[in-house]
Amino acid sequence: MLDLETIIKRVQEAVPSCRIELVSNESHSGHHSLLVDDGHAVEVARFLRDAPDICLDYASNVTGIDWLNSTVKEKVPVTETVEGEEKVNEKTVEKTVPGYLEVVYHLYSMRLKQGPVILRMRTGNRDPDVHLPSLTPVYRSAELQEREVYDLFGIVFDGHPDMRRLLMWEEFEDHPMRKDYFPPEESDESPIDEQARPKQ
Amino acid sequence: MTEDKQLQDELALYGVHLTLLEQVYNWGRSNSLWPLQFGLACCAIEMIASVTARYDLGRFGSEIFRPSPRQADLMIVSGTVTKKMAPQVVRLYNQMAEPKYVLAMGACAISGGPFKGGYNVVKGIDRYIPVDIFVPGCPPRPEALLNGIIHLQETIRRQKLSGPGKARHADRDQPSEYAIPEEGGRDLVPQYNAETWRPSWQGGGK
Repeated sequence: MLDLETIIKRVQEAVPSCRIELVSNESHSGHHSLLVDDGHAVEVARFLRDAPDICLDYASNVTGIDWLNSTVKEKVPVTETVEGEEKVNEKTVEKTVPGYLEVVYHLYSMRLKQGPVILRMRTGNRDPDVHLPSLTPVYRSAELQEREVYDLFGIVFDGHPDMRRLLMWEEFEDHPMRKDYFPPEESDESPIDEQARPKQ
Repeated sequence: MTEDKQLQDELALYGVHLTLLEQVYNWGRSNSLWPLQFGLACCAIEMIASVTARYDLGRFGSEIFRPSPRQADLMIVSGTVTKKMAPQVVRLYNQMAEPKYVLAMGACAISGGPFKGGYNVVKGIDRYIPVDIFVPGCPPRPEALLNGIIHLQETIRRQKLSGPGKARHADRDQPSEYAIPEEGGRDLVPQYNAETWRPSWQGGGK
């Protein structure tokens, strides 16, 4: 199995304009992954599939992740003038990191019997309909799973041959696996249940 | 009615058998309940197992599963009713000929079970169609299903065909079909059929 650094180097040679970086996994399993920019994801996937020594010919799993907006505390040096003297103090500033949606592909090589190589794509924000390129033209097995991700997370895959909901019905408006989703108000709930329900 | 029963038993000792048309009719149909052949989840596997030689649902006259609602007497709702499936289940019920009965098998069909409170599961099929027998379990064992069917048979034998307190199918004022819920933007519309079900804090059940 080629290591991920080599794969990144090979990808950058084959698709020079693409941005690809290593996302390291600090946990015990150590499943590091590749983050690809959405503009070149299809080209990169096609290269990974067709390069004879990498030959990732099978996408076994497609999944979505919803990352909410988060706040990060950062220490920033601030210059203050106290009684005519300039002092450099550290101040803690809260920064809002915008949330995004992420799609993760697990790619295997059936011919070389190795894998997985984990490919990620990220959206810029969490808007109701965010777009990412579809990898179904490269991996046919991603077709239904991308439809599932669209259904449950609301990521629209451009270039998908049949972009419809998979599990919920057509008229359904929400995307239930988003973290800010909560089930519909119940007209049959007792007043006590309604008080216990979290407010949107 | 109890006196009639005593008289019947007494005369039977002398070889004279008295009965009512109602009793013969109920005895006949209680012993050949043909279920509708459909399964919704893992409960269906137990339902299938109860027809095998080991448990033999055929002993109670219910081994003939019909693939058409027109030929079935009993709807066994065996498993999770998703919101996408509920309209089809109600439509199948509407297509069945009277007299018809519903057996809710397992925690999901009764209340939504472990999926209650999720976005995709109906919290009990009794919100849309009238249920005669509830068989709890997750899934219920075949013996439990057999017990439920025996209870249903006893219910059928007690049913009156005329007079006050007559059976639902004999009462022209009782509906035979129920409204099919529609798929809305957030949930099924309506969330329950007020004709057949009321929330627990308003008295519950029917």
